Order: sequence, then C-alpha cells, then structure tokens
Amino acid sequence: MSGNQNSLQKSLNLLWLQSGGCGGCTLSLLNADCRNLFDTLHVLGINLLWHPSLSEQSADEARKIVDDCLNGDTRLDILCLEGAVLRGPFGTGGFHQTGRGDTMKDLLERLAKVARHTVAVGSCAAFGGVTSGGCNPTDACGLQYEGDAPGGLLGEDYRAGGGLPVVNIAGCPTHPNWVVETLAALGAGELREESLDVYRRPRLYADHLVHHGCTRNEYYEFKASAHKPSDLGCLMENMGCKGTQVHADCNIRLWNGEGSCVRGGYACIACTEPGFEEPGHPFGVTPKVAGIPIGLPTDMPKAWFVALASLSKSATPKRVKENAVADHQVIPPVAKRTRAK
Amino acid sequence: MTRRIVGPFNRVEGDLEVTLDIEGDQVRAAYVNSPMYRGFEQILLGKHPLDALAYVPRICGICSVAQSAAAAQALAQAMGLQAPENGRLAANLTLAAENLADHLSHFYLFFMPDFARDGYRERAWFVEVLARFKAVSGSAAADAMPVRAKFMNAMAYLAGRWPHTLALQPGGSSRPLEEAERLRLKILLAEFRAFIERTLFGDRLEAVAALDSEAALYAWMETRAQRADFPRFLHIARDLELQRMGRATDRFVSYGAYRDGDTALFRSGLWADGKLQPLDAGAIREDVTSSWMAGDLALAPEEGRTLPQPDKPGAYSWCKSPRLSGQVVETGALARQMMAGHPLARDMVGRHGGSVTARIVARMLELASVIPAMEGWLQRIRPGEPFCVQAGEIGDARGVGLIEAARGGLGHWLDVREGKIYNYQIVAPTTWNFSPRDADGEPGPLEQALVGLPADEGGEAAPLAVQHVVRSFDPCMVCTVH
Repeated sequence: MSGNQNSLQKSLNLLWLQSGGCGGCTLSLLNADCRNLFDTLHVLGINLLWHPSLSEQSADEARKIVDDCLNGDTRLDILCLEGAVLRGPFGTGGFHQTGRGDTMKDLLERLAKVARHTVAVGSCAAFGGVTSGGCNPTDACGLQYEGDAPGGLLGEDYRAGGGLPVVNIAGCPTHPNWVVETLAALGAGELREESLDVYRRPRLYADHLVHHGCTRNEYYEFKASAHKPSDLGCLMENMGCKGTQVHADCNIRLWNGEGSCVRGGYACIACTEPGFEEPGHPFGVTPKVAGIPIGLPTDMPKAWFVALASLSKSATPKRVKENAVADHQVIPPVAKRTRAK
Repeated sequence: MTRRIVGPFNRVEGDLEVTLDIEGDQVRAAYVNSPMYRGFEQILLGKHPLDALAYVPRICGICSVAQSAAAAQALAQAMGLQAPENGRLAANLTLAAENLADHLSHFYLFFMPDFARDGYRERAWFVEVLARFKAVSGSAAADAMPVRAKFMNAMAYLAGRWPHTLALQPGGSSRPLEEAERLRLKILLAEFRAFIERTLFGDRLEAVAALDSEAALYAWMETRAQRADFPRFLHIARDLELQRMGRATDRFVSYGAYRDGDTALFRSGLWADGKLQPLDAGAIREDVTSSWMAGDLALAPEEGRTLPQPDKPGAYSWCKSPRLSGQVVETGALARQMMAGHPLARDMVGRHGGSVTARIVARMLELASVIPAMEGWLQRIRPGEPFCVQAGEIGDARGVGLIEAARGGLGHWLDVREGKIYNYQIVAPTTWNFSPRDADGEPGPLEQALVGLPADEGGEAAPLAVQHVVRSFDPCMVCTVH
C-alpha cells in the first residue's frame, strides 16, 4: 500500500470509496483471474491509497488519507466510487454521513475536483442502478448520469483533471477484469475519450453483446424457447432475456471461470445498461405485443426477424425442440461423418 | 468521562461508526451507528413478487446468495412450492460455498490484519505476523485470495456467476448440473479442502471438527503452533486473552442452516440461560426507538414498516433493533455451533461467554464440518433428474424465509396482495448484532460487547481491542441498512 514507496515514482495513487451500494463490485474484483490482485495492481503502476474493505487504516488514519488528497499533500490520480451517490433526504446527502458532520455526497464533489481520473465502478456509481430503483427512497444517482440522462452528481460538463469525463465501468456487479483492464489502461495513459462508448463505458467490454458466445445459440437460431427456469432453451422469447441488445462480453470472457447469467439458466437483465433496475415489466417475463417480443435485436429489421423466426420455428429439429423444454439433453446429437467422401 | 467517535471502520462490509464513552482507560458505554440508509424495503413495494429475486441479492455483495435464498424460501412458501431434491441440494451447495468463502475472506482479509498493527510491535509473535498478515502486503492474503477466487468458480456451475445470481428460484435451481460439472465441483471442493488442511489448519478437517473442549483446542495448537494460520491465531488469542474480550448477552439465536428434508445440518434454536430452547420466530419484534425511522411500537416483521425520519430526536442509527421476546440476542457462526451442540463451542461459551476467540473458532469449526457436508450433497446430486418445478402466479399470499448467512440469521417477510409486493421486511444478521438501544434502553449485542474494553492502548486512533471485537462479529453493514 502506501508503503511501496521505492518503486512508485510514476505510479498512480488510487483512492476507492463506497457509498449507496452493496460492495459487490469489490467482492467480484476479488475473483479476478490473477495470481494476486495486489501484485497485479502494483505491477500496473497503481498504488492503492485506501480501500474500505482491504486496507489496514481505520478511523482517523483513513480520514487523514482522504484529507491529504483534498489538501494536495497526496496526488489523487484515480478516484473510484462504488455505489450510488445518495442525495437525500431533501438534497442534504444525509443518508450517508461520514462522521465529522459532512456527507459522502459533499466529499465526493470535493474529491472529484482534485482527481486526475474519476471512475464509477458498477451501475450504481455510473447511473444510480438498483439503489435508485422503485420510488428511489434515497434520491440516488450516478456520478455523471441519472439513469440514461447526463448530469448526476457532477453535471454533464464535468471533466476530471486528466480531461476525461467519469469513466463508467457499468455492470451489476462489474466483471473483475473490466475493472482491472480499465485501471491498466488508465495506468498506461491509454484510456482516451474514444475508448468509451455512448454511455462512457469502456469499449474494451461494451463493444460486445451478451448474446455473443451464448451457449444457447442453437436454440436461439430455431426459436426453441425455455418455458421455466432450468429449461435448456433460449431465454429470449419467454424468460425476459435481453442478451441480444445488452452491451457486455459476459459470454466471451465468462464469470467465475466458466459461468455467465444465461449459462446459469436465467435471463440477462441488462445490468450494464442505464435504468436496468426499472425495466417496466417483471424481470423474468418477456414483454410482448401480439405475441412478438418487443425487445428484438437492435439492428435487425423487425419484419425480417418475424419472418425468419417463423421459418426457423417450422424447421426446428425434434432434438432441439424437445431439449429446449427439458433440464438435460433428452435427445443427444446423432453421430455423423463430417469428412468429404 | 470523554466521548470519542470512532469511524469509519474499514474491513467491515459497508459503513460503521462507534461512539465510545471512555472513563479512565475503559469503555463505559458504546453507541453503534450505521451511518448509511439504502431503502430496499421501500424499493420493493409494488413490484412483481418474483422481481424480489433480482433486487434482494443486490442488498449485499458479500452475502448475495444468502439474500437470494431467503427470498426464494419466502416465495416458495407463499406459492406452496417444494423444490425437487436436486434443487434443494444445489441451493445448499450454493449457500455453503458463499458462506465458506466469506469465512475465509473474514479471517484473512478482514480480521487477522489487525494483529500486524504497530500497537503490537513489542509482542514476541509480531515479526512473523507482520510478514504473514499485514493488510495488502502480507503473504497470507496472497495465498488465500487466489484460493478463494478458484473456489468461487463453483458458482459458475451452481449459479452462473457470483455475486448476484438469479439461479436460486422458489421452485429449485435454474442451473441443472451435468455429470461433468458435478465432477468438476468435486475437484474444486477437493482443492479447497487441501488448502484449508495444509495452510489454515495444518491438520485434517475431521481432526479440527473433533476438538471437543478448550483444553483440547490449546493442546492441539501446541502441536502445530508454527505450521498453520489457525494455530497461529490461537497462539495470539491466548497471549492477548481474546477469550475475555467481546462478551455480549450470551443469548444466541439461529434459524437453522442447510435444511435437508425434515432435518438440518445445524438446527435452529435459542440458547439462553445456558440451555437450548426451541425458537419462536413469532416472538421477533423490531424496535425503532433509536433508529431514524418513524413509528413507536415494536412491530413483528410481517407488520413492519420502513419509513425514514432523519431528524428523529434521540435516534442515532439507520439500523432497527430486532429483539426476540423483548430480549437482545446474538446471531452468527457461534450461535449456529451452540445450537448444533458442538462441544468445543459450548465449552468455550460455558467458560467465558461469547468472545472474540469463540466467534473465530466457530467459523473454523464450520469450515471443518461444512466441507464434508458439501461433499456428501454433491454425491447425492442426480444429473438428469429435475432441478426445478414451475412457479405459478401469486394472488394474495404471505411467506417467510429464514436462513443462515455466514454472519447469522437472515429473515425475509413477504406479503403479496393482488399479485404485487404489498410489504417486504428484511432482518439481517448484523441488524441483530449491531442494533442500537431499544425502548428499555437495552444496548444491542456489540454495544454490550464493547463495554469494559481498554480504550487507549498502543496510541491507536481506534483502540485495537475495539477493532477486534467489532470484526469478531464479521459485520455486514450494507445488509444492516438495506
């Protein structure tokens, strides 16, 4: 931690704070696919000033680290926030107090002014996320967005000292490697405005769709659909899956080794997208108009989709049709010679 | 008398502050403040009942599966569903994997680093502990973190991912296991067992589970003091007399963990007045006298309301004060082991009451006994047989989910009217343990456990004894302030 002075001349000081969230992005980060996360950060040129779950310092010592950033005694290169900004009640920020009569909301505003880079870790910090769901009892918002509307705590025009807006590593939670790779890019000075997508998510994961690499693709091709949890079929038609529209590489890089939501048997609920917490329909049910799901793939003409879907449904092999509504393969693929004669 | 505010506490999950009244060099009174409010019980109102499965895991990033399991159980009760055996076994495996990973994170990342603080530099064991347990740079975290991450790969097969899965359904598990996956889980579990035996215990799980008294525990420690991390802790604990620190009410409660048909691996109950009694969950009330919440009466959770009142006079926490038959109770791994009748847990509590040492030992006993139980559940999984039954609609119904998270009893009370969530109340483990004073002025378990501790040793900003006691409960503040 701050003890690694000898090799830190060019390293970036990282301060990680948590507010209206669950701590899940940190816990997910601990699943990172590396020998030792602390060594990895160190080698990437990142000096962890303080992290609420991992550092030694509590209480006054921790406050001193934060104060030193504010008064310029310590250079604040990267400010990471995990969790939403709680603006309530009545704009006071009092739903999250930090002890000396100030609030996390005020502290974040002051720290964002001195930070060279400001990073929102997770959909809560980016857009408000689940914390802003329902009646939004805490008046939660993201650092620079409120849902999909620019603004949030810091305002649309905010730029950190290094020139970038808030970098939104959206996801609920974030994949550990999205965070490590974004920090690596920042550490190397390689993260630029064009590295971010329309919601300022790093394109290193947001340029993919959850659909890419989905193991249910054969069921999708034939619109052979699951009807209940544990069915093997495609989750799009009935079970609320938004994977064909949602930006993330969850089925390419995978979670916890070999997992993902759709591989876990449940829908992609769009947790990397602003506003996912209020889908306007039950999460596990696909909304339909006249029997056709309303959330079709973003860039496919609807008429073509419907035509292809009905064609492929009539061409569905018995194997695919029956396996789709079972929790194990009831008909395995038949063996067939694959070489040319 | 002086008053000192200690906070923020780190290496606890979420935000925590403690106000200490100090007289001489002792803590005379403590006031535990959870300084953040999140409002999940308000967010859930009016939602489709099954949507609870998407929201509640996000209450907590560390006990995410526990939240899912409580919601799934409440929904199953409301819908009259019974999961098939594969589904029940998969749910137990998923919850056990999370709970054991939490015990490991607690020991290596949250609890042990305090012994590497400067205040202990004069102790004979300090140099070794500094190298091993120093936060961030110590060798123990470097050993344990990749092991934990690898073990959590079990979640890919059991739950798709961790944290925040939707795999735990009221009808069972959405994630059927193939035979190859069942075998991979066995391999992951074997690797985890190997680490615990080699690095944490320095002995077989079965040998640790069989320790039956405090005397046997310390005798065992002597034979392996320099070889593994749990014996290292015991050595420190005896030197610092941690068995005399952190006594709360000595009334323990557990909802019972890892149900299996009509039985459970660890049974439910209330431990009070030195004996095991049946648990009456109907006697739970949530007092809000010291909480920034509107209301005067202590309500049963099924009737409970959550209405913030930030300017409430006399209040000092966002945490409510759950009480069982009006009494303050402690929950957690030690409570589970007291109900389960583990002779070592009962001997330690019989001698000294609940303590820092006993709470840590109880977690170790769970690692020693739950890994073999998981091996047994995996053996009984039958790929090809059902994992889940279809859920129907709910019109008007109530349901209760009472389960055990790593850090204690977690309850969800669900009330569905006309197909929507009419009321949803959550009582988390740390809500019990870190509750503020109730209408009778009775302090919560941590508030009691801090009284009498030395307040000024080592010149630390936060007294070390206070830090040990706080972390011995493995608090989860994000759950507390749901």
